[in-house]
Amino acid sequence: MDSQAIRNQFPILDQQVNDHQLVYLDSAATSQKPLPVIEAMNRYYREYNSNIHRGVHTLGTRATDAYEGARDKVRQFIGAASAKEIIYTRGTTAGLNLISYSYARANLSEGDEIVLTPMEHHANLIPWQQAAKATGATLKYIPMQKDGTIRLEDVRETVTEHTKIVAMAHVSNVLGTINPIKEVAAIAHEKGAVMVVDGAQSTPHMKIDVVDLDVDFYAFSSHKMAGPTGIGILYGKERLLENMEPFETGGEMIDFVDYYDATWKELPWKFEAGTMPIAEAVGLSAAIDFLQDVGLEKIHEHETKLARYALEQLKAIEGIQIYGPAERVGLVTFNLGDVHPHDVATVLDAEGIAIRAGHHCAQPLMKWLGVSSTARASFYLYNTTSEIDALVEGLKKTKEYFSDVL
Amino acid sequence: MSFKNLDQLYRQVIMDHYKNPRNKGQIDSNDKLTIDMNNPTCGDRIQLHLEVKDNVIKDAKFTGEGCSISLSSASMMTEAVKGLSVDKAMHMSEIFSDMIQGKEFDEEDLDLGDIQALQGVSKFPARIKCATLAWKAMEKGIREDQSHS
Repeated sequence: MDSQAIRNQFPILDQQVNDHQLVYLDSAATSQKPLPVIEAMNRYYREYNSNIHRGVHTLGTRATDAYEGARDKVRQFIGAASAKEIIYTRGTTAGLNLISYSYARANLSEGDEIVLTPMEHHANLIPWQQAAKATGATLKYIPMQKDGTIRLEDVRETVTEHTKIVAMAHVSNVLGTINPIKEVAAIAHEKGAVMVVDGAQSTPHMKIDVVDLDVDFYAFSSHKMAGPTGIGILYGKERLLENMEPFETGGEMIDFVDYYDATWKELPWKFEAGTMPIAEAVGLSAAIDFLQDVGLEKIHEHETKLARYALEQLKAIEGIQIYGPAERVGLVTFNLGDVHPHDVATVLDAEGIAIRAGHHCAQPLMKWLGVSSTARASFYLYNTTSEIDALVEGLKKTKEYFSDVL
Repeated sequence: MSFKNLDQLYRQVIMDHYKNPRNKGQIDSNDKLTIDMNNPTCGDRIQLHLEVKDNVIKDAKFTGEGCSISLSSASMMTEAVKGLSVDKAMHMSEIFSDMIQGKEFDEEDLDLGDIQALQGVSKFPARIKCATLAWKAMEKGIREDQSHS
C-alpha cells in the first residue's frame, strides 16, 4: 500500500493542530473521509439533489437511481443475496434498535433468553436490556477470558434452547477482539436462536460476507468506513424482515393509506419512512468504491501490521497497562500508570495527537476491566508506523510531564 | 500549543489538590445530603456529602474517581463552600461557571482563592465538564434540600 498516495486522498490529515502535524488516531470513533466521497456528495447537491421514489422529473430519477444503486453496492459489499435485505438506517445504533423493536418485542416472551458478551458497546446492549424489560426475557452473558476473548465452549454452555437472540460485536471497539461470528452463529442456529451482529468496527476493516457467516442480522455505520455520518445499514435475512412490522411509519414506506388503516410497501422500503439520507447514500457508495479500490484484504493487512507494531512499541513504555488480545484489529486500549486517560489525551492533543479517552460507550466492559476509563488509539488505512512513533514519544512526554507535577 | 500552554491548565495548585485532596471522605452524620454525579461522557463519578444547617454549609466532603481536573476541582469546591451560606455557595457556583467558560466574571465580595487556578481550563473546552462536575453536584444537593424543606 502506498501510504502517501492514500493520505493524499484525505485532505483533513494535512494540517497543523496545536503547532504540530495532526496525528489522527481516533478512527474507531469516526474515520476521515477521502476526496471521492466528499466530491460525490458535493456533485449530488450541485447537480441532481432531488427527492427519491416520487418525482416524475429527471432529477428525481437520477437521485433515485443513485440511491438504489448505492443499495446494490452495499449488497455486493457484504455479499448479501438480495437488495431487499439491505435497509438504510441512521447508523448501527438505529439498526440494532430496529431489531429490538420490530423483531425482539414481537417474538420474545417470559422465559426466553437474549445472550450477549460483556464486551458489547452500549448500542448492542441497551436495546436488549429494554427488549428484555418489555418482554420478560432475561439477559445472559457469555463469560470472557482474561485477554478479552470468548471460547466457543462457553458459547455452547450459555446458549440454550430458551435462547431466542444471540447478539455480539464482530469486533470489540475497546479490546480489538475479533469474535468467531460464523461459529457462534452456527451454535445459535442449532438452538433455534437468531444471530445479531454489531458490525460497526468490523465492516471498515475486513471483508464481510453475510452469507458465509450465516448471520441473521448485521448492522453497521457508514461514518466508520470512510463514508459520511447520518447513514448506516441493517442487513437482515429476507424471510425474517418479511415477517417484521415497520419500526417507523409515515411517508414513503406505505403501499396504500385510508382513514383508519394503511398497508406497507414491500422490502426494503417498508423500513424506510420519511425522506432518507440520499446524499449520504451517494457518499457511502463512493466510500465502498474507494475501499474496494484499495482492497479490504490490503487494508486489513496494513492495520494488523500497525496493531502489532503499536503493541510492541507501547509495551516498552514502563507502567503502561494494555488491554485486549494479541490477535486484534488496528486499535490499542491502554492506561498509562496513574495518569488519568483524560489527562493523557489532553497532553497528547497539545502534541497534535488525537486519541479517545473515556469509557468508549462500554461501561460494563470498563467494570469487567476494573477501571473507570481508558485511553484508546485506533488506526485506519491512512495511518503509518511513524504516527505510532509519534504516539509513543507523546506518551513518554506525558509520563515525564506528570512525573514533574504529580 | 506547547507544554507551556499545558502548564496553564495543570497549574501547581491544581496538581497539589489532585495529589493531596482536601475533604476527601464521608461526613459522619445522619443529617447529611449525599449526591452522586457522573460525567456520562467519560465515566468520571463523584459522591458529594454536604451538611447544611440553618442555611449554612457546615461541612462538605467527597469521594470519587476522575481526572486531575475533576478531582482537584472537587477538592477546591469543598474547601471554598464550607462555612458559606447556601445562597453564597450557589452564587459562587454561578461565578465559577462563568469563569470556566471564559466569560467575564465578577468576584464581588467572594474570595475564590485556589479556585482561580482553574481559569486556564476555559482554554481547553473538552475539559470544562471535568471542572464543573463537583459544582453541579453541590448545586443539585442544595436544590433538592431546598425543595424538600
